[in-house]
Amino acid sequence: MTPLNTAPNIDDPDGFYAELVAAHDGLTPDDSAALNARLILLLANHIGDRATLRDAIEAAKRPNFSG
Amino acid sequence: MLDDRYPLAFRLYPYQQAPDQSHEAHHPVVVLGGGPVGLATALDLGLQGIPVVLLDDHEGPGQGSRAICFAKRTLEIAQRYGCGTPMVDKGVVWNLGKVFRDDAKLFEFNLLPEDGHRFPAFINLQQPYFEKFLFERIEAAIADGAPIDIRGKNRVDGVETRDDLVRLEVTTPDGPYALTTDWLIGCDGAGSPLRKRMGLGFEGQVFEDNFLIADITMDGDFPTERWFWFEPWFKSGASTLLHKQPDGVWRVDFQIGWDIDRDEELKEDKVRARLDAMLGPEVSYDLVWTSIYTFQCRRMTTFRQGRVIFAGDAAHQVSPFGARGANSGIQDADNLGWKLGLVLSGQAPESLLDSYDSERRLAADENILNSTRSTEFITPKTPASRMFRDAVLDLAQDHPFARPLVNSGRLSLPSTYDGSPLNGEDALPDGPARTRPGSPCPDAPLGEGFLLDQLGGGFVLLTLNAGDPAPLEMHGLNVATLNLTGALQPDLRDRYLGPAGSAVYLIRPDQHVAARWQTFDPERVVQALATATGHGS
Repeated sequence: MTPLNTAPNIDDPDGFYAELVAAHDGLTPDDSAALNARLILLLANHIGDRATLRDAIEAAKRPNFSG
Repeated sequence: MLDDRYPLAFRLYPYQQAPDQSHEAHHPVVVLGGGPVGLATALDLGLQGIPVVLLDDHEGPGQGSRAICFAKRTLEIAQRYGCGTPMVDKGVVWNLGKVFRDDAKLFEFNLLPEDGHRFPAFINLQQPYFEKFLFERIEAAIADGAPIDIRGKNRVDGVETRDDLVRLEVTTPDGPYALTTDWLIGCDGAGSPLRKRMGLGFEGQVFEDNFLIADITMDGDFPTERWFWFEPWFKSGASTLLHKQPDGVWRVDFQIGWDIDRDEELKEDKVRARLDAMLGPEVSYDLVWTSIYTFQCRRMTTFRQGRVIFAGDAAHQVSPFGARGANSGIQDADNLGWKLGLVLSGQAPESLLDSYDSERRLAADENILNSTRSTEFITPKTPASRMFRDAVLDLAQDHPFARPLVNSGRLSLPSTYDGSPLNGEDALPDGPARTRPGSPCPDAPLGEGFLLDQLGGGFVLLTLNAGDPAPLEMHGLNVATLNLTGALQPDLRDRYLGPAGSAVYLIRPDQHVAARWQTFDPERVVQALATATGHGS
């Protein structure tokens, strides 16, 4: 498997983030959640590796932040 | 009728009657506004020997720290003007930032990850000191013969723009007078009375949040770093920023929401309640200055209107996170000064001034984009935006990838003027991207000193192992040469040569790269010089 990469890996992170947030402009909460679901499925397919996807799901389930 | 609208920090230029108050005189340049940008513009022009009159309706900077973060590029420009050193000596040098959420540190960042620069990434310095150092440099320049005339308590109450000149009506304690000028430079701040008087638009975005600034002196034990809290445990604001200034003063910013009663929030007991929660009951402190501000990001459609040119906050306004206000304004002065100088001395066509508009509008858009993004992250506008913001913060402590997405302010960097009509050839194969045409020259160690000191304030040809060309002259314009040969220091090589064995750079008076080649060809240099001075290609 390809280990889950959690090192910075996105060119122009600010531009990416702005685009991601802008995709939700004007959407209802339900439509927003649905967009996120579609986006996750597209990205998951791109990753493909089952073990990597399992690791990502586990990392997302524990937010780690305990402040 | 000329009462101060605010108390002064320093009374630098007391009103004195000027000789031309009795008759209408003509001046090549009038600068309106004695803030950092107006003073820098007057100094830039005066050092070129261009007579300049600066009008301000007060007699010095107002109280309050206001702009406190001055970036490396600003210090480099100030050094070219001859006043960078006192600023650094007085300022608090910092490179390290820390980001917290609640009571946990998420991560820290270093703003200057490389050596080989004279100046640090940032200093913190109260704006009145910054203005005072500029003014003291102006006084020294005047003593050396620079034709700079600073007029306090001169309020412009009438502006008439014509094709051939601008006529101003000025009110003073001795009554009104009028003067005319070839060029009027509006540096009269975000609320620019000049811009309003001329009916010019200032479009953009207002962010619905308020920030409370409290400057305090205390004996608290905080290091010289920028500390930013999202959702701090002490609940004094939705976010909080802590920064150290000279004289033992700390700047604290609390994000306090949109629907507030400003007068109520500025009451001392309310301010102290927020500070007490943050600092703990054992820390004693004094309040130096408090203020409430909102974020706005907007700019004029064009910075040049015939013979009137706008600079600094008058032309463009950004949110303060990122320190892009005063720093970009100083770059405006740096960009405008030499162009106006060449136009006034007949060495460049008036159209060169349009490149001030295009280059600095590009920079303003870059600054507005960055500061808008920071503001969106700090004060998310929509539920979806907040959800992603919180998700990034949830992940940032344990997952390094999320840290570059955390945006508590992208701190001011100078713009590269990509696509500028003044840019010439980029003919250095595999040349470093950071020194492509349009780039501000990065500093590098040179001998016992630094490269930027050697570039001066005129056009200069920098050659690295490319022979020993003599200085050039074109249209009465002199191009100095700085020929470096032999074993070059590694930082200099990395920043200007890359894999190339030799390089030739034509560098503008504002120390931006105009063009570059591998070898010296006088015809191509002259061509690039014509392009860089607006003579077309």
